[in-house]
Amino acid sequence: MADTIIELPAYARSLGIKLTGEEEAGMPVLRLDFGEMVEGRPRHFHGGATAGLLETAGYAALRTALVAAGRDPVMKPINITVQYLSAGRSQASHAVGRITRLGRRNANIAVEAWQDDRSRPIATAVMNILMV
Amino acid sequence: MTTPAARFDARTASQWFFRHGHTGWLGLRFTDQGDNWVELELPWRADLIGDPGREVLASGPIISLMDMASGMAIWQTRGTFAPVATLDLRVDYQRPARPRASVRGRVECYRTTRSAAFVRGIAYDADPADPVAHVAGCFMTIAADPRQEVPALKGAVGLG
Repeated sequence: MADTIIELPAYARSLGIKLTGEEEAGMPVLRLDFGEMVEGRPRHFHGGATAGLLETAGYAALRTALVAAGRDPVMKPINITVQYLSAGRSQASHAVGRITRLGRRNANIAVEAWQDDRSRPIATAVMNILMV
Repeated sequence: MTTPAARFDARTASQWFFRHGHTGWLGLRFTDQGDNWVELELPWRADLIGDPGREVLASGPIISLMDMASGMAIWQTRGTFAPVATLDLRVDYQRPARPRASVRGRVECYRTTRSAAFVRGIAYDADPADPVAHVAGCFMTIAADPRQEVPALKGAVGLG
């Protein structure tokens, strides 16, 4: 399963991002609990912490797809666009990435984050990642 | 919280902003400001790397740096501290930061309306002319938590 082949970077582990062991369409679902380390305005997620969760989930999805394809390139970020849809409240957030396109040199990934209701995302991101 | 009589000043506000929460954990520091811009620094720290093979700050904390500098640039421009919600933030990575380098984020608020504010900025490690990233963002003012204060806004796009 995806968890066994994915290792989160130091930043993600420091912030408290965890692999849940759950998957969605074969991609790992990540979780970030609420706490002071992610708090922006009182009792809400800082937008940067939410973005960090989204980006980490995007990389985890891409790594999962690359391992499945027998590839092990270096991944370099090109850009990320984060859309904030709803305030992140003082409870756990989850995120999962979906590979929109996996090319030879470039991957386009869509990521969603949500809290208690999977059908109501609190933020989404689109990422372009270069692979060399 | 009562509205302070003095004009918002990013330098002064930084003494409070970075004591707690996410930006406190990151250790953000105030470095400079102008009429419509603010610059903050994200100090190098080994547990914030993104790639185990390289001693380079991850992109995640750089987004946090730019998001915070964006909000403060808006307050600096408006002269008042009113909570803002990020609607959209785009980061274009130009190159990795240098090994063990701190990164500074300088963001200007180039336009405000009654309810929206638009920002753009750069993240750099040594030379502002050779940035690590460019950012662009759009923010919306919120009087308070709209889910509690304005029931009619509950579920509204962008505010939740």
